[in-house]
Amino acid sequence: MTELLLLALGASLVNNFVLSNFLGLCPFIGVSRRFEAAAGMALATLFVLTIASGLSFALWQWVLVPLGLEYLRTLVFILLIAGVVQFTEIMVRATSPLLHQLLGIFLPLITTNCAVLGVALLNVDRQHGLLESLVFGASAGAGFGLALLLFTTLRERLDTADVPQAFRGAPVALVTAGLMALAFMGFAGLGAR
Amino acid sequence: MNPDAVFVAVLVAAALAVTLGVALGWAASLIEPDADSLVERIDALLPQTQCGQCRYPGCRPYAAAIASGAAEIDRCPPGGDATVRALAALLDRSPRPLDPAFGAPKPAQVAWIDEEKCIGCARCLPACPVDAIVGAPRQMHTVITAQCTGCELCLPPCPVDCIELRPVPAVSLRYRQPRAA
Repeated sequence: MTELLLLALGASLVNNFVLSNFLGLCPFIGVSRRFEAAAGMALATLFVLTIASGLSFALWQWVLVPLGLEYLRTLVFILLIAGVVQFTEIMVRATSPLLHQLLGIFLPLITTNCAVLGVALLNVDRQHGLLESLVFGASAGAGFGLALLLFTTLRERLDTADVPQAFRGAPVALVTAGLMALAFMGFAGLGAR
Repeated sequence: MNPDAVFVAVLVAAALAVTLGVALGWAASLIEPDADSLVERIDALLPQTQCGQCRYPGCRPYAAAIASGAAEIDRCPPGGDATVRALAALLDRSPRPLDPAFGAPKPAQVAWIDEEKCIGCARCLPACPVDAIVGAPRQMHTVITAQCTGCELCLPPCPVDCIELRPVPAVSLRYRQPRAA
């Protein structure tokens, strides 16, 4: 139990996927303009990450390893993630058309969110079991969502701030992301993996 | 690597792709039942001006609100009484007059830009819900009449008030001699 707790803490805070591994930066910059869209993106990514890490573990354990096809993992995982994302899109469109409109192009882009593939590959590399994989995926998604939501609120305030002309838009967003990453380094002493 | 291994690898990838495809198709048919098509049918009756006078961001959200019972059918001034009657017939409700709180019905109209006065500020471009205004910064803008819904959303952003609404021309594509100045 302590192991799992440490794993979750590590994936969500200490080694935050966005702010310390620099994975999944495209949605981090792209969908952080409006809070509603960011919240939707965070939830959708959390959902996709959890499901995809569970399914990729199953695929790895019961298909790829027995057949000696370990080298196919990147291809097969991307295919699997694309399928899960498509399923998520169908669900979001059916349950909340407004959210579907807000997320727009970014929902299919979860497919190319490197954090999702990163979690699947890290699960395999670290030889996580099914439960560990699920916890790792969910906490990575929670960490991504936390960073994204914090960043969005910062950017919404930045919109009204008096930023020098040369820094408006993306530059100040990147500087802010860098400062947030520095702040998250403060979690490094928590002692989790 | 022997040929068998390649064959197995291709087979596994193909099997995964087919499985995912079938599962997705099944999920799509399962999750999107008739509830969605009612929204579609209501949406088809709305005038598609995307003007937001119903206090919803567009015609489709209003259609969804009608379908879920959150909104009445009397909130669409551009559609006028004809739309209310059509909606009432579709939903099997009694027709009711338009709610004046959402605006008065108007005849069909299109936006027209006075190109002499337009300064090319491009502020009306993002306001247009159907992208019917052509133009770029510092270039004169104009309206594609066939696309314009007459929603009036381009009027407030214009700093020089060079946009006005005119009745829909009977034949909008006919060439007209320029008037002598």
